[in-house]
Amino acid sequence: MIDTDFLAETLLKLLGGLPITLELSTISILAGVVLAVLLALLRQASRVGGLFVRAYVFVLRGTPLLLQIFLVYYGLGQFPLIRHSILWPFLREPWWCAILALTLNTAAYGSEIVRGGLAAVPTGAVEAARVAGMSRWTMYRRIILPLAFRQALPAYGNEWVIMVKSTSLASIVTLMEVTGQAYAIISETYRAMEVFLCAGAIYLTLTFLLTRAIGALEHRLTPYLRRPETTLGGLA
Amino acid sequence: MNVRTLLGTVAALALAAVMALPPQAHAKEWKKVVIATEGAFAPYNLTRPDGKLDGFEIELGNYLCKHMKVTCEFVTVDWNSVIPGLQAGKYDAIMDGMSITAKRLEIIDFSLPYADSPSTFAVMKDSPLVNMPYTGKRVSLDDKAATEAMVKAVAPALKGKTIGVQVSTIQAATLDAFFKGVATVRTYGKTEEHDLDLQDGRLDIEIASSNYFVSVLGKPGGDKIVLTGPLMTGGPLGSGSAVGLRKSDPELKAMFNDALHAAKADGTLKTLAEKWFHNDVVPTSWN
Amino acid sequence: MASSLELFGFGPQGWGHQLLLAGLMTLAVSASAFFFGIACGTLGAWGKSSHALLPRLAADVYTTVVRGVPDLLVIYLFYFGGSTAVSAIAHAFGAEGFWGLNGFLVGMLAVGLVSGAYETEVLRGAYLAIPRGEIEAAKAAGMGRWLMLHRIIAPRLLRFALPGMGNVWQQVLKESALVSVTGLVEIMRQTQIGAGSTRQPFAFYIVGFLLYLVLTTLSGFLLHAAERHSARSERRPA
Repeated sequence: MIDTDFLAETLLKLLGGLPITLELSTISILAGVVLAVLLALLRQASRVGGLFVRAYVFVLRGTPLLLQIFLVYYGLGQFPLIRHSILWPFLREPWWCAILALTLNTAAYGSEIVRGGLAAVPTGAVEAARVAGMSRWTMYRRIILPLAFRQALPAYGNEWVIMVKSTSLASIVTLMEVTGQAYAIISETYRAMEVFLCAGAIYLTLTFLLTRAIGALEHRLTPYLRRPETTLGGLA
Repeated sequence: MNVRTLLGTVAALALAAVMALPPQAHAKEWKKVVIATEGAFAPYNLTRPDGKLDGFEIELGNYLCKHMKVTCEFVTVDWNSVIPGLQAGKYDAIMDGMSITAKRLEIIDFSLPYADSPSTFAVMKDSPLVNMPYTGKRVSLDDKAATEAMVKAVAPALKGKTIGVQVSTIQAATLDAFFKGVATVRTYGKTEEHDLDLQDGRLDIEIASSNYFVSVLGKPGGDKIVLTGPLMTGGPLGSGSAVGLRKSDPELKAMFNDALHAAKADGTLKTLAEKWFHNDVVPTSWN
Repeated sequence: MASSLELFGFGPQGWGHQLLLAGLMTLAVSASAFFFGIACGTLGAWGKSSHALLPRLAADVYTTVVRGVPDLLVIYLFYFGGSTAVSAIAHAFGAEGFWGLNGFLVGMLAVGLVSGAYETEVLRGAYLAIPRGEIEAAKAAGMGRWLMLHRIIAPRLLRFALPGMGNVWQQVLKESALVSVTGLVEIMRQTQIGAGSTRQPFAFYIVGFLLYLVLTTLSGFLLHAAERHSARSERRPA
């Protein structure tokens, strides 16, 4: 009933798309964090900045990523101005377009998460830093951002898991990542169920590992929340 | 529209959608045939602004069903899942500009072909490839010597270029068979997507059926696209578009073939081809 | 501009009517999925906070698997796998021939199941946020289980869960675009149909983009109002 040879062969072919899936996930997540922090800071910094960031977040969170990738890839190419600019050598490539769309999307969600994290930084910690004579920059680097990051990590972890899954949409701009490979195999064999099950297993493994890694990081960053190693009966 | 009527409409729509039951159970005596089409592949099948299906295959399908004395229902599906859906039993037949190929014949069955049009390349008007070797010449890919000569002449022109093609099509199989390693091939989910990429310069050239190009050339955005290179038929391009059927339904295949004979004999096939493709694409391989 | 007014208007050559219907279909399939998701989420939250091993394990497996697999794959699994399963059940009850799930049901079940995994966390978090004192006070006042659920737990739960549920709703609304692969004519599928029938893909995708934005904006307003309403007891006097 179950054709193990076919499953093994499929799995092997799908793994051929893994490098692109990993590239898209890692780069867009990292670039997304940087952009999210910048957006969150910009939102705090000025009224105009705040308005801009709110509009950005509103549009990017209000529409499906599928359409965003499509519009970045096919939309930008519609403008001769962009086609003749120095950006075109990058925007010409589906790989860069996918990275751009994924990064812009995750940064919108991320900036809201970072904003929540920033809001949760205790005023006392900021005041103490100021009293200690820290400059604005040092204060952000040493006190505010690390505390905000720790606060935001659980929510941000969820967003990263979603991003890994979202890279599956990059196949619509001709990238042969795991889902793109899956479509190619289905178009040759028409065995949709088996191929999608294999692809599902790959994504599940990836997201499971990521979830574990985030859990471990969270554990490391919150030693004060851990119970003491040895607890006295009745006092714990 | 107040909130209550809006909610009412939404609820009614939801109900209607749930009630629209899947294809009914059928004995082997066919009374009703459910045909899958994309509804978005002009001029083979398309949707009019009022939501009604139209196109070559819709008109032909209705004629065939009338002849077979069955009621027909067209359902719209996505190209990527059209064959798995047939196998899963979601519908009984496919009319979606799908060509008969050896690979598809391993999985499903086909009626006689009802339209056969050569596949060809297209480029932008200002491309250096406008006058590729073999432009306008017909080549049968079943003829080994002629094919070799054509590939020899065309391959140098395509060297290092990027070609766009729709995923899981006969054209994709053709590129794979004859131009692998010569040019970079990019596969797209929909044909209009490789048109967009041809226009914005990401692609140097694209390949599709010449029937498809009928709907593109002269349309907004398509007015700068021109056809080039050989008009290819046969080989991996198959032997024309046909009704796709399950292998377990030979009696339905016989019914479709019988109806297609009638459509050819009374000139319906020719009339419809000229109406939708502005071209006589009636296959000559059978009578 | 005039031509695009004609293309997307409500005249005989305009797609306005079809796009409007598609918008309503997106709302209908999203709403069904959302409510199915709440049902899944309630079960999930109950399982996760259960003291018994089996419900807890089942809930954990459910959220891990569903959140770990791309939603598109879940939809395909329901679309192709669903008909096999439903046919088997139908045949067991003596029915004949083919039985399957149509696009609407596939969308409702698949998107609902995925959103249920997120709803699980939202509801669990909200339940944990109810101050224990309030429950103890209700008990002390002699409230029965049902009255306590009805008067204390449910309103407080809703109050704490609403913001999270709002996020899940917005997510469901956008996720419903993926149901287009089953052929269900919602916004995404309608834009593809329009693109393929008129060969003007770009114009149709822009309109689809704007339609989603309208839906998320309108429902955003409603959610905000609902949140304010449920938090009215906590507003400070002016």
